[in-house]
Amino acid sequence: MATAQRLKLENIVKEYPGCRANDGVQLTVNAGEIHALLGENGAGKSTLMKVIYGVIQPDAGSITWNGHPLTLQGPAHARELGIGMVFQHFSLFETLTVAENIALSLPADQARDRRKLEARISEVSEHYGMALDPRRYVNSLSIGERQRVEIVRCLIQESSLLILDEPTSVLTPQEVETLFRTLRQLSHEGCSILFISHKLQEVRDLCHRATVLRQGRVTGECNPAEVSTDDIARMMVGNETPLSTQVEPREPGEVLLNVRELNYRTSDPFGTSLQALSMSLRAGEIVGIAGVAGNGQDELLRALSGEALVSNDSITLNGVAIGQAKPAVRRRLGVAVVPEERLGRGAVPSMSLVDNSLLTAYGEGMVNTGWVAMGKVRDYASRIVEAFGVRTASIDSHAASLSGGNLQKFIIGREAMQQPKLLVASHPTWGVDVGSAVAIHEALVRLRDEGAAVLLISEDLDELFQLCGRMGAICAGRLSPLVNTSELTIERLGQWMAGDFPSAAPSEVSHAVA
Amino acid sequence: MLSLERRAVDSRAMQWASPLLALILTIITGMGIFMALGKDPVEGLTFFFLTPLSDKHGWAELGLKMAPLLLCAAGLTICYRAKLWNIGAEGHFLMGALWASAAALQFSDQSGPWVLPLVLIAGMVAGAAWALLAGLLKTQFHCNEILTTIMLNYIALNLLLYAVHGPLKDPYGFGFPQSEMFAASALLPKLIPDTRLHIGLLFGLLAAVAVGVLFARTFVGFQLKVLGQDERAAAFAGFPAKRLTLLAFILAGGLAGLAGASEVTGPLGQLVPQVSPGYGYTAIIVVFLGRMQAVGIVLAAALLALTFMGGEMLQIAMALPKAITGLFQGLLLFYLLTCDAFIHYRIRIRRAPKAVAGEA
Repeated sequence: MATAQRLKLENIVKEYPGCRANDGVQLTVNAGEIHALLGENGAGKSTLMKVIYGVIQPDAGSITWNGHPLTLQGPAHARELGIGMVFQHFSLFETLTVAENIALSLPADQARDRRKLEARISEVSEHYGMALDPRRYVNSLSIGERQRVEIVRCLIQESSLLILDEPTSVLTPQEVETLFRTLRQLSHEGCSILFISHKLQEVRDLCHRATVLRQGRVTGECNPAEVSTDDIARMMVGNETPLSTQVEPREPGEVLLNVRELNYRTSDPFGTSLQALSMSLRAGEIVGIAGVAGNGQDELLRALSGEALVSNDSITLNGVAIGQAKPAVRRRLGVAVVPEERLGRGAVPSMSLVDNSLLTAYGEGMVNTGWVAMGKVRDYASRIVEAFGVRTASIDSHAASLSGGNLQKFIIGREAMQQPKLLVASHPTWGVDVGSAVAIHEALVRLRDEGAAVLLISEDLDELFQLCGRMGAICAGRLSPLVNTSELTIERLGQWMAGDFPSAAPSEVSHAVA
Repeated sequence: MLSLERRAVDSRAMQWASPLLALILTIITGMGIFMALGKDPVEGLTFFFLTPLSDKHGWAELGLKMAPLLLCAAGLTICYRAKLWNIGAEGHFLMGALWASAAALQFSDQSGPWVLPLVLIAGMVAGAAWALLAGLLKTQFHCNEILTTIMLNYIALNLLLYAVHGPLKDPYGFGFPQSEMFAASALLPKLIPDTRLHIGLLFGLLAAVAVGVLFARTFVGFQLKVLGQDERAAAFAGFPAKRLTLLAFILAGGLAGLAGASEVTGPLGQLVPQVSPGYGYTAIIVVFLGRMQAVGIVLAAALLALTFMGGEMLQIAMALPKAITGLFQGLLLFYLLTCDAFIHYRIRIRRAPKAVAGEA
């Protein structure tokens, strides 16, 4: 590996009101190196990236680029120097073609000759094994292909440092393999890559070196291939937190929830309609649904929670048809829901934890002929905080003042303490610190052991394989068969996530086309 | 360089300091205006704020003007807590006054104790129905309630003018556009003898307390608050958004309608075109100045009631135009909204960032 230093950051400090996002960060990236930047949400990764890409100015510290000290004027300046960035949320115009999108970020002289540009796009994308038609419209591209557009855009500008922000979170396992091949080839040709992630296994597979951040500081640097994932996780979370849950398998009971031929047409132009979705859940089991975001997960959650009403017979709980029942009715029947958005749906940001307890737990004897029994609500909130280890100044703190993990523990606790028969949880550990994730997993398993059915919708495959008795995948509003986790390989799940599964009744698990 | 910076936590102190700061700034600006008009500013302020309250009658008049402000503001608070921007209290008020008058004139030959309650209820129902119209336009057709309520205000005013020029006009009134005087059975009892102050003030105080209790203690109040702060959370929790919206409008309309009814059955005793000097609009300022809290609203209603009296006093004593009342009210709201920015933001003096030398 080349040893020339491409980028060197020294003592980077960036302060926001109430938090020091970067606190004396050191980072060096060598030429041709794939360097991982690891850390939990809120560790300061995004801030550091923005500093490198010139989006924000650090309060203190110095940046050295190819041996020269440097002040970045802005992203355009960074691009000019050869720093390219692929954001987690793509910045592409859906109504323009691939070539037009790329032309937009180029200097005028390069953008003008469209034919030459198209030839160059084809050349670059073929060279790196990322098939891409420059004349396709972006709205017809899959998420994986859109990511390729972003990467090709950086490569055409001859970037010598490519920053990728959690690039794999939107990809199926197969797409991840393709991406990694491209990245390795780039690295061989001398391009440096800064790879931001919190998926440790990927980092071990791909990266030459890793820098770990915690609470704005560098807590370690290592060669990820040589240390265990547990060691890296320790650097990320510190010594106090347990790293994972042990899940004992358990025999499920009677069928509790039955979803038959569920169709739901969403009115949201960016939503995904559900098509003839069928499944059944038994008491005392956790069933997982994997899938790339935006494939109908939210619509499924809304259909189950009652936020969206569907044909009455398509959902039955304990034999009672509830497709047309409103959320309050479903709650009375024992349905609890943990939505994907914690702030602004699962909890009201500007309200206290006390008020947020009342939000969904009002059925727990807190309301007496229209009057709120404040004592009971406060008591309920205190019990959640205590039982689920929610770290908060007090139960009167606003929901918005809690960290993501603590708020999620609170929401899970609020739903779990209502002793539901069915809990539907969407991405419960997304963006949550490892310690909280373990606590949340334990809560889900405890619910299962108490005889509840748990439907876990998640993008985190490790989480699904760890917790679920049965699982499948959702793609474009269709649901794959649900099979025992022990009989499911990650390759097959990957195919299912890409929509490659038989569309027959879910009981048939005979064949999946390879 | 000065810059506005978002506070990590909203300032609680500023929440209550802001109205006081706004009042101080209003007074300072008011002094400037007096000087520009060539009047003695201290004398002007004395006439505006102090002279009206120099005797028992002054205080009674203050209570008299607080009553409709309190009723309208209490109702608007219900809407505003749910972030329903109902600007229509004036229209609700006028419809309440109109239909209470119609009822009172209908029973002018009756003397039973049931007449007054019936008249007041007529006003409440009329106000509530008028507000419900805007509510239904919002829930059924997604019409913006700010626009519909303002437009309905003008319709209500013209209906009232039509009534006093037509069906409700006093046939023996020498052609003046006003109704007959109501019978004694349709008049509100006095609170203090020898003054005009009537029990409408008690209705207002009661309404302020009731709204306070609604939001502090009841589940409906909680649902309205959630609806206002986070519509998606309300839908997630399964709160009936449409029904809550209509309820807020009905309550606001009913209370403003009662204010209108109390005005015609109280100090006026008949329906006249100038039944409201803009109580419904001034109530909006009362709600924001009073921080949507019961105690705050009572204090703010007293202050805004004083601006009506101070304006009248200045017309008489210093020959200033009537617009002075609106001017002070406008200044107060303007400064309040400005000062409210500092609840969420703070001013920070920052130096230009240290330049890091060199270029690649």
